[in-house]
Amino acid sequence: MRVMAQLAMVMNLDKCIGCHTCSVTCKQAWTNRAGTEYVWFNNVETRPGQGYPRTYQDQDKWKGGWELNSRGRLKLKAGGRLKKLFSIFANPLMPSIQDYYEPWTYDYDRLFSAPMQADTPVARPRSLITGEPTKISWSANWDDNLAGGPELAPADPVLRKVSDQVKLDFENAFMFYLPRICEHCLNPSCASSCPSGAIYKRSEDGIVLVDQDRCRGWRMCVTGCPYKKVYFNHRTGKAEKCTFCFPRVEVGLPTVCSETCVGRLRYIGLILYDADRVTEAASVTDEKELLEAQKSVMLDPHDPAVIEAARAAGIPDDWLEAARRSPIHKLIFEFGVALPLHPEYRTMPMVWYIPPLSPVVDVLSGTGHDGEDAGNLFGAIDALRIPIGYLAELFTAGDPEPVRAVLRRLAAMRSYMRRLNLGQEADESIAEAVGMTGQNIRDMHRLLAIAAYDERYVIPKAHAEQGAQLEELALGSGCSLDYEGGPGMGGPFGEASGTPAPIAVENFHALKERQRGDDLDDASELRGRVNLLNWDGKGTPDGLFPKNGKKEES
Amino acid sequence: MNALDVVLWVVAPYVALTVFVLGHVWRYRYDKFGWTTRSSQMYESRLLRIGSPLFHFGILVVLLGHIGGLVIPKSWTEAVGVSEHTYHIVAVVLGTIAGVATLGGLAILVYRRRTVGPVFTATTRNDKLMYAVLAVTIVLGLAATVMANIVGGGYDYRTTISPWFRSIFYFQPDPALMAGAPLLFQLHALSALVLFAVWPFTRLVHMLTAPVGYLTRPYVVYRSRDDQPTGSRAPRRGWEPSR
Repeated sequence: MRVMAQLAMVMNLDKCIGCHTCSVTCKQAWTNRAGTEYVWFNNVETRPGQGYPRTYQDQDKWKGGWELNSRGRLKLKAGGRLKKLFSIFANPLMPSIQDYYEPWTYDYDRLFSAPMQADTPVARPRSLITGEPTKISWSANWDDNLAGGPELAPADPVLRKVSDQVKLDFENAFMFYLPRICEHCLNPSCASSCPSGAIYKRSEDGIVLVDQDRCRGWRMCVTGCPYKKVYFNHRTGKAEKCTFCFPRVEVGLPTVCSETCVGRLRYIGLILYDADRVTEAASVTDEKELLEAQKSVMLDPHDPAVIEAARAAGIPDDWLEAARRSPIHKLIFEFGVALPLHPEYRTMPMVWYIPPLSPVVDVLSGTGHDGEDAGNLFGAIDALRIPIGYLAELFTAGDPEPVRAVLRRLAAMRSYMRRLNLGQEADESIAEAVGMTGQNIRDMHRLLAIAAYDERYVIPKAHAEQGAQLEELALGSGCSLDYEGGPGMGGPFGEASGTPAPIAVENFHALKERQRGDDLDDASELRGRVNLLNWDGKGTPDGLFPKNGKKEES
Repeated sequence: MNALDVVLWVVAPYVALTVFVLGHVWRYRYDKFGWTTRSSQMYESRLLRIGSPLFHFGILVVLLGHIGGLVIPKSWTEAVGVSEHTYHIVAVVLGTIAGVATLGGLAILVYRRRTVGPVFTATTRNDKLMYAVLAVTIVLGLAATVMANIVGGGYDYRTTISPWFRSIFYFQPDPALMAGAPLLFQLHALSALVLFAVWPFTRLVHMLTAPVGYLTRPYVVYRSRDDQPTGSRAPRRGWEPSR
């Protein structure tokens, strides 16, 4: 047994209102740069829908993830090592920018510079790729809220598998939201596809990262990831992906997407797993057994044998304590309501989901029944507007039973807690009907509904003795201000080449300039590019203002 | 043998090779982040799918051919029973096919770069210079082969150019060998020297990190935070983590 710790996330889809706050805050924090305009480490998809990039779940087309070869051994679906090296000059399975969308901006300058005319000037869209005027025809959430429903939704690869059970006409349509980040898989196919070995799994916390100094832009990871959550920065020529906000997580803060989630639907915690058994578990023949196989790889943090092995593997005691308090472990095992996304890709994803129940309640109430009566609810689950078959294709490789079990538990929690809420006697038979106890249900309710901050996020900090190595610690070596040149563009080899300036240094200079500069208009010391988001109000940076000779007038 | 010969066939090669080696060392230390293929496949892949493999596989064969012709002495091939005639035929046929494929691939890639909007926008001045030097070198090399062997009566570069090439590496350069070579071969060698000198400063550096290690490494790479400092600099002595 080789015990490793893994930071994992669970999202409670019942609570997702599709506000995209997670996507936007993530983008502001991580991909608000040239070359990553189209990159959404976090995106929220409406299901049914095509997803982002379009139809990424169609693995017959994109060949992401793993499959079993004729001898029952795991192999990358896009081909083995030799095949990868031979297709390195032109990757036939690489999505083009059109499969995502062509990012654009608006020609705001027109609004200022247009001559006096009868009509109001219009800011036309311009492609950020070519700089030419463009026609916007797709974006990261073009089919949000079933927009374009009957025409776009049928192309949903998941829907196509269950299309006979699903009605898309307006009255019968169903939808829910699916927020997605990188799955930080136990058996990552992106890392396995990387010819340079630049993508690695951190042995402390299982976060999958791209070493930007080792990535050579061979693009195989984009193909390898079945969730299409590795993106190619087209300006730097390097792969980038969700980092699980490791600088925040290292100091015990939740990821940006979790922190800013208005529905408080995300949970972060540790899972202990047996790294030696991952390949074996990912290789089970029947896809429907992958869920149980993955659960069997995860270890019980209360088991003394596991604790001993974990200590032997060098996992600190406060991490073991965090693993015991982990909301993820509770949701997967104790309450049994979390399911992985597409286990059939055999990557052992570690961002799990609680499937949505809400529409059942609405349907029941709409028909005049008591929408929260346990008997009614249990009966209605199979008549769900979000068909169980669809959820099963997403979360359990098509096996409806685990999904049904989860929904019954969620339904039981509603009925059980409503009785308590109304001052009635607790009805233990409801709990028993789904194999739980009343206490179990009350605990689950507390975690899912009250969702206190420190119960949702149980994140052990990186250790103080490693402090000297943590990002941005300026004590590194002597005076860290003696770096060459400035950050941003302008290295001799194109975008952002050369040694990056530490952020602490950038901040130091910015602060110094702000305090000492006496001319508020003088932007000459502004380093690198300035956009609206990092502009501190000083100066008139190029590109932010129309070139209308403001200075000459004054 | 005059001073010009010494400059061209002794000084220039050493300068070029020194720049090549030290340039790569410097670039690797200074600019690991910039060390990439900077692929433009995201923008356009229809032309790339024809042009890029054509060029790359072509140039790999050309590389092998150059190793066979320049590095392996004539006496060795003759010792294993390959006559000059056989060698010549194989070299010319294979060389011409590979050369034409390389040049064709390059032509497609340059055409793509010029005509496809996003790709053209992403082309730097550095790229343009690199393309020019690379194209000139390939054209001259192909021209030398064609002129000497197909139009002319054949030229045995393995008695002149190859010994000169090897003499550079054991530090007894013999410019006289090269001074007598046909003009096209001379020009090809000179433009190759220029190519080697600019190499470390262009995107061609990706060749030196061709990922052959992928064939032998385990699929999933685990790395500890401890393996290397995640900060911008290596921790100084005295600041190592205490454990």
